[in-house]
Amino acid sequence: MKKILFTLLIVSFISCKSDKTSEEKSNEISIKSYTYETLEPLLSKDDDKTYVINFWATWCKPCVEELPAFEKINASYKDKNVEVILVSLDFPNQIETRLIPFIKEHNLKSNVILMADVDQNKWIPKISEKWSGAIPATLIYNKNSRKFYEQSFSYDLLEKELKEIFKTY
Amino acid sequence: MKTLKSILLVSVFIIATAFTIIPVADGYKVGDTATDFKLKNVDGKMVSMSDYENAKGFIVIFTCNHCPFSIAYEDRIIDLDKQYKDKGYPVIAINPNNPEISKGDDFVSMQKRAKEKGFTFPYLFDAGQEIFPQYGATRTPHVFLLNKEDKELKVAYIGAIDNNYSDATAVTEKYVEDAINALIKGEKPSPNFTKAIGCTIKK
Repeated sequence: MKKILFTLLIVSFISCKSDKTSEEKSNEISIKSYTYETLEPLLSKDDDKTYVINFWATWCKPCVEELPAFEKINASYKDKNVEVILVSLDFPNQIETRLIPFIKEHNLKSNVILMADVDQNKWIPKISEKWSGAIPATLIYNKNSRKFYEQSFSYDLLEKELKEIFKTY
Repeated sequence: MKTLKSILLVSVFIIATAFTIIPVADGYKVGDTATDFKLKNVDGKMVSMSDYENAKGFIVIFTCNHCPFSIAYEDRIIDLDKQYKDKGYPVIAINPNNPEISKGDDFVSMQKRAKEKGFTFPYLFDAGQEIFPQYGATRTPHVFLLNKEDKELKVAYIGAIDNNYSDATAVTEKYVEDAINALIKGEKPSPNFTKAIGCTIKK
């Protein structure tokens, strides 16, 4: 009997501990900041994946409205060689005060990074000549195909475009 | 048979691409003649560029209340007006947003903001949203520098105010100032077109 109780105690202790760890993990979101030089490799990978890169910001209303579509793509396609990266254009001094609280509040699962390169005129045309600089904007690419969109997406439209790019793979 | 098949494939490709080409955004390019407008200012009066008989040109800035980039540039827009109004290039700010979609960009909020910040320039409301599409503004803030040539207003520069939105003291290229200084010297601005991240204009 003593043995059983002891085991139970151990088990409950372990499970408690692991719960706590995962909770701590979610409270410790860290956001990596990028310049164009460090971001560029993420936009030109030639591996087997298709990448959906969304440029957004917490202050951009149409961006926030379309985030669920990107989150859903991330959830339903991550086992199908698709990676969603949410590139935030929030102000670098608002990571702690705005961006991280937003990620927690909306429970974002996609990879969020911060584009902190202020010299926008240098890097916007390198991402796409077509991009005026307005957000939301999205780049979908794999090693065979690449398409840029300065527009908002619904889930259906995003999935349709993703499938078009998929076909090229 | 093989050739027929490839012809068919090629034509299918042509037809498919013909309908998927994304239309190029309309609006002004550098060198185009800009249209005048008659829009309501925050003081209730209607403002047109033709009201300014002695102006050599205008710094037309599509901007608004809510956008963090617009807010970050407010003081620099006031400085531009103070610095260049006497030199013949006053600022005219235009809010292009539909206030029904863009919270905080309604006329009353514009009046409030202009008063709070002490705007030294007209802050006009593009009611009906007819002006910004003609200019081809896509985001806020978006600058169109106009220069009077043979009584016509020619677009001399399109783009950002400078190259550092987040820190005015760390700016290394003052695009608009450099462009106006070039015009004053009788030269062509270079660069005459820049890009920046901004808030999409809400239609």
